[in-house]
Amino acid sequence: MSDDLRELYQEVILEHGKNPRNFYASEDATNEARGNNPLCGDQLVIYLKLDDDGRVANASFLGKGCAISMASASMMTEIVKGRTRNEAESIFEAFHGICTGEEAGHKLSDDLEKLQVLSGVSAFPTRVKCATLPWHTMVAALHGKDEISTE
Amino acid sequence: MTSQDATDVVPSYDVDAVRSDFPILSTTMHDKPLVFLDSAASAQKPRQVIDAVSSAYESEYANVHRGLYKISETATANYEGTRETIRKYINAERTSEIIFTRNATESINLVAYSFGREFLEEGDEVVITELEHHANIVPWQILRDEKGVVLRVAPVNDDGELIMSDFEEILGPNTKLVTVSHMSNVMGTVLPVEELIQRAHAVGAKVLLHGCQSVTHIPVDVQALGCDFYVFSGHKLYGPSGIGVLYGREELLDSMPPFMGGGDMISSVTFAKSTWANLPHKFEAGTPAIVQAIGLGAAIDYVTDLGLEAIGAHEAELLNYATQKLSSFDGLKIIGTAPNKASVLSFTLDFAHPHDIATIIDRAGVAVRAGHHCAQPLMDRMDVPATVRASIGLYNNRSDIDALAAALADVQELFG
Ligand SMILES: Cc1ncc(COP(=O)(O)O)c(C=O)c1O
Repeated sequence: MSDDLRELYQEVILEHGKNPRNFYASEDATNEARGNNPLCGDQLVIYLKLDDDGRVANASFLGKGCAISMASASMMTEIVKGRTRNEAESIFEAFHGICTGEEAGHKLSDDLEKLQVLSGVSAFPTRVKCATLPWHTMVAALHGKDEISTE
Repeated sequence: MTSQDATDVVPSYDVDAVRSDFPILSTTMHDKPLVFLDSAASAQKPRQVIDAVSSAYESEYANVHRGLYKISETATANYEGTRETIRKYINAERTSEIIFTRNATESINLVAYSFGREFLEEGDEVVITELEHHANIVPWQILRDEKGVVLRVAPVNDDGELIMSDFEEILGPNTKLVTVSHMSNVMGTVLPVEELIQRAHAVGAKVLLHGCQSVTHIPVDVQALGCDFYVFSGHKLYGPSGIGVLYGREELLDSMPPFMGGGDMISSVTFAKSTWANLPHKFEAGTPAIVQAIGLGAAIDYVTDLGLEAIGAHEAELLNYATQKLSSFDGLKIIGTAPNKASVLSFTLDFAHPHDIATIIDRAGVAVRAGHHCAQPLMDRMDVPATVRASIGLYNNRSDIDALAAALADVQELFG
């Protein structure tokens, strides 16, 4: 089996994929958005609870998808909790960079380092969207949009 | 099939020889020999088609139906020659009943826009099935929203077979069009089209049959079947992309208004009024896909030389082999288990998502399709988000299936 496959499907990803964190519909979400990848049919819903000063007090998700999208969504809900809107968006930018390989060699700040395990997708151009769909959806939710599609 | 049994009357051909006709089959993918199991999405092209296309460009290219010079005459003769090849292939009565389009999708849209707008009214019913491709759903939804026709969906059972009693119940005096796939692109189910057509005609409905998948495996005689329309795409029949076919019975096509206006489809034009060309040109506005049509002619010649019966028998044997081989996999579920199926094997693994499976086996050189296969309503019906689909073409062999099984073991190693 090729090395880039082992790089892509690291233990952590498989584990998050099998046992996603924060995998439920939040009843008290203030913002929620549905993400679709029409190409492969992946769908997920991101639930955010923003507190009065615009911080993400809680984040959860539900959906169906591949190991990459499930793991990415699971890790994202953990990471954005407690962040401000702007912080959440700039984490996405950095994350997007490592997924597309545009920021190869660039290291994420220490508290975001665990996202680095998803950088293996940069060797699989057709799978980058799987990793970024939950994030696009989260940003849409932050902006009060209720639906986005990636293709 | 390489049986030496003298009583074996199943026609056969030399698969190794056939494989050497397809240049791409001797290439590699990720440094592994290419194992191509995605012919249901689009088939590979034999040397004979590639040569027909390049020689059409190299020595006989000009616009058709226009030039008063030798190479335009030759190009026109070759282009029109394909119409005759197609007529014979599906046993249509006349070449005027063979309309060139870009693909099956355009053929269906042509019928929806031309026949649908002219002859269907509010309350009229169009019947499809639960296993249809989006290409046979969306055009009718557009027509529904525009004209108020009613879209009725005949269900399938858990094996992926059409439930005949439900289909019959749906038919009635309001049914004006029954539009169904001859064969499911997801599950391989072959529909009992003779019976469907009889039932539909019995209530006075017209029938549009999709040959997209079946045209490469199952001989079709449109006159014997009695279907009113028949559509397919050239690219799945080992021909070029960009060329498709609509067959329609002449009196129907004659009664239908043009789909697009422009050059080639007119008889005369003044600013006050234009009149339409005769069939088939009435439906072929603008410069057509000349070379693609010529390539399709070469593809049909290729398939005819091998013989559809021999192709069907070879693929059936391989489908059997694949079904047996994959069935022994722990956690593997085959989606589509109709007794009457052809050439398509869809499955899921309970420990890995279809996209992950496709990515992993791609690295082993194995090309399959994973996803909803443009049949989302069917995915909902079969209660799966997506499937992996291995589809078999005339050039596949047992080694291809063995490579697929070996690659699935990689998935098991990572995910199992
Ligand atoms: C059953 C069926 N209908 C319609 C289509 C659409 O074909 P095309 O994209 O060539 O128009 C396909 C191919 O994907 C198909 O398998």
